[in-house]
Amino acid sequence: METLSYRHKARQRAAGSKPIAIVGVVASGNLEVLVERVLPDTDCELDIKTAAEGFGAVWEQVVADFVELRSPGGLKLSVNDGGARPDTVALRLAQAVRLIEEIDP
Amino acid sequence: MSTAPVAKRNADEQRKAVSWYEASARERLRLLLDVHSFQEFIGPEKREISPHLHIFNLPEQFDDGMIVGRGLLEDQKVFVAAQEGRFMGGAFGEVHGAKLTGLLRAVRDVPSIPLVILFDTGGVRLQEANAGELAIAEIMRALIEARTAGAKVIGLIGGRAGCYGGGGLIAGCCSALVVSEQGRISVSGPEVIETNRGVEEFDSKDRALVWRTMGGKHRRLIGGADIFVDDTIESFRVAALHLIRCSSGFDSDVLESEQVRLNQRLQRFGSCADAVDIWRAAGINNAETVPDMATDEFIALANQIRGPRHVAR
Repeated sequence: METLSYRHKARQRAAGSKPIAIVGVVASGNLEVLVERVLPDTDCELDIKTAAEGFGAVWEQVVADFVELRSPGGLKLSVNDGGARPDTVALRLAQAVRLIEEIDP
Repeated sequence: MSTAPVAKRNADEQRKAVSWYEASARERLRLLLDVHSFQEFIGPEKREISPHLHIFNLPEQFDDGMIVGRGLLEDQKVFVAAQEGRFMGGAFGEVHGAKLTGLLRAVRDVPSIPLVILFDTGGVRLQEANAGELAIAEIMRALIEARTAGAKVIGLIGGRAGCYGGGGLIAGCCSALVVSEQGRISVSGPEVIETNRGVEEFDSKDRALVWRTMGGKHRRLIGGADIFVDDTIESFRVAALHLIRCSSGFDSDVLESEQVRLNQRLQRFGSCADAVDIWRAAGINNAETVPDMATDEFIALANQIRGPRHVAR
């Protein structure tokens, strides 16, 4: 297992007010993303535990693209990865942010 | 303007469209229960992860593959537990099991609120086998205590992993079970039987044999499950509501009549070599057509041939 951590500044705060959301499952080629609204509005953190070791450079790229695209300000994302491909990771990160931005009636 | 009626209408439509088999444990719970009624206990943000998996260099999941909580089913309070069959095959480990044990103890203390368990499990997690086996024993004890206190415990089985190993034992302790064609209920799985007794005893590669021996249709026909449903969330929801209302209580009379039923079943079918022989002996014409039968046709057949009423489970 390998642990990776990334800290970014985001352009703006993620929308909505839900405190947490979770998507995905930990399985081969899949991952779960737990997202919590616990940081100052301009900060974003990602903590990743992955079964596939030695892919730090790829994670760094995927995470940077994600922060640029989604601007997840105020969010801490915790990832348990079962060896997902970068496109699956990008999809799950986007789903997690969409879910926490959803408005509850 | 309130969005609540829209949310309810959307959920009604989704329930009919979404496959139980394909859905995740969280999706099943979300759609099984009334809209926005689910409240999780010890949710993923608590990070109660397995204390064993890291030793084997294996990835953890924040809920350890077991989701427990409470919610509403047609405005009625229920406790719920759901296994995620895609994480470690839904297998029982220390934390996974402890969450269900704790929930069952809550049910025992508030027995007027029924419990619905969404099984999806291959049995005990091999990497934490001792803790997992202990968890199975604790869960069975807690389940019997909850039923003795008067609670109803309904099991729903239709997931990818089926309901195997200790999960099959726990299912056997429930008040009643709902199963779909995809749901398989057994203790030893196909590969386990083949490994221990040889391919002549059970060929795990023979999918048709596996399905007709352990699949939902056979379990329904021999009284191992109470209601057979098609693979939608809506069907499981309707069946769960029905069983919460109709399933029997739990006392020594119930246990004795279940013992009589099982004895009769053994006498009638004990010499059969295959599930098809059992169906034939149970009086089903064209027994070999059962596996291909459509859901409605099969439900009508199962209701016709219902044997001695099984009251214990």
